[in-house]
Amino acid sequence: MLAVRAVRGLFRRPIYWQDMIVQMDVVGVGSLTIILLTGFFTGGVLALQTYPTLKYYGAQDQTGFLVATSLVRELGPVLAGLMVAGRVGSAFSAELGSMTVSQQIDAMRALGTDPVRKLVAPRLLALILMLPLLTLIADIVGICGGWAVSTGLYKIAGSTFSSVWQGLSSNDIFGGMVKSFSSGCSSALSPSRQASARPAVRSESAGRRRPP
Amino acid sequence: MVTTETEASLPGPGDRVADSGVVDLEGSPQAPQHEREIPAIEFRNVHLSFDDRKVLDGLSFKVMKGETKIILGGSGGGKSTTIKLVLGLLKPDEGQILVDGDDITDFTEYEMSTVRKKIGMIFQEGALFDSLSVYDNVAYRLHEQGVAEDEVEQEVRRMLRFVDLEDAIDQMPIELSGGMRRRVGIARALVGGPKIVLFDEPTAGLDPPTARTICELAIKLRDLEDVSSMFVTHEMNNVEYLTSEYAVVNEAGEIIFEDEGERICLINTKILMIRDGQLIFSGSDETLFKSEDPYIRRFLRGR
Repeated sequence: MLAVRAVRGLFRRPIYWQDMIVQMDVVGVGSLTIILLTGFFTGGVLALQTYPTLKYYGAQDQTGFLVATSLVRELGPVLAGLMVAGRVGSAFSAELGSMTVSQQIDAMRALGTDPVRKLVAPRLLALILMLPLLTLIADIVGICGGWAVSTGLYKIAGSTFSSVWQGLSSNDIFGGMVKSFSSGCSSALSPSRQASARPAVRSESAGRRRPP
Repeated sequence: MVTTETEASLPGPGDRVADSGVVDLEGSPQAPQHEREIPAIEFRNVHLSFDDRKVLDGLSFKVMKGETKIILGGSGGGKSTTIKLVLGLLKPDEGQILVDGDDITDFTEYEMSTVRKKIGMIFQEGALFDSLSVYDNVAYRLHEQGVAEDEVEQEVRRMLRFVDLEDAIDQMPIELSGGMRRRVGIARALVGGPKIVLFDEPTAGLDPPTARTICELAIKLRDLEDVSSMFVTHEMNNVEYLTSEYAVVNEAGEIIFEDEGERICLINTKILMIRDGQLIFSGSDETLFKSEDPYIRRFLRGR
């Protein structure tokens, strides 16, 4: 119900462009540092841990492929999703929750603004757009981390690491993006539902019982 | 809206609720003859429960145009809930709520936005938007309506002058004292000139002079702007100010507050008392202070 109202809020006037840009800045630019750090070190550690095993089987030139596939298909979306859910989702909860407690949501409704359109819709759009981008950045930085460890520590030739591109298909990348899209939706909607929309939903669902 | 002794004896539009404490539950059977006869707010047998707890149990009353209804009652008695129902922030389980003659009971959130334009609400703690400056808070409604910035600034300054806070225009809510926050909340609620204003314990936790200032603002709205209002409180000095003083503009163009004294009687301010979601008193302050009801006596004396 909240998701439907939020999505409808994206297309109905007034559209809060400025709030959307602010939220994209908060979600995207604000999360960049943590995504860069976790992505880079995850890629590096992946290469560090898998290289000895692959070398045992004589398949060390597949390190890049393994790092890239793991990151693009699973770890990138999961890491970006978790980091953003932890950082941004909890911030949304705290912000909207305190607005509810201090009656700012009621005040907003009293002033004729739909809080779902004003608060939830821009956050939803920001997460839907920013999380796949952050995932892409996490993937690229993670592969760079894997490359740095492979070439710096294990002295694999850079050209060997280019096996990365052999195994990746557009389906892998698309699959990763779909995962980050869905985690973006849940990161925006769950805190909003818990924090701000609950009184509104309750007041509507507790509305009058209409005669049959 | 100040009435002299001779006028007070005439049946005025605000006299439907008798001073005897009996409430006309059904309303007038005749169609209103004049626009002022349509109540600004009307509750008809309103019931509301949260889970198993009854908050309002058959509440009926009217607030006529230009009238102030003071809602008294203990904490948790349903006072704030009553004004949230007027704004459609809550919906009743049963009964009807009319604003300016329109039955808003079944209005959707979208339909309510039109009704809410007529109403200004002052929340307990001001409920200012933390992330916006005083200017943006007061200008909020106008920004939403897409009004040109020059007009917005003019209106915001005018409203801040009304609450005597023009100097705080660029401050953030966190920098303001409790009283200033309430006054900014009043300025924000009054932008657009709403004809109905709801006060939800606007003086709770404030020092007496600041509380007095807020009551003066409510008196000015009632007497000089012809605003209908509901004033939820449990502080008896608020009741005293609102029922015994009136605002007039003197020949020098200044707003002065005069005591009703012996010469006049304020009939446009009535008191409702709610206990456990039921109306236990409706009438003037004089009748309230003479009431023999043990709960009312205890409420007035504090013991």
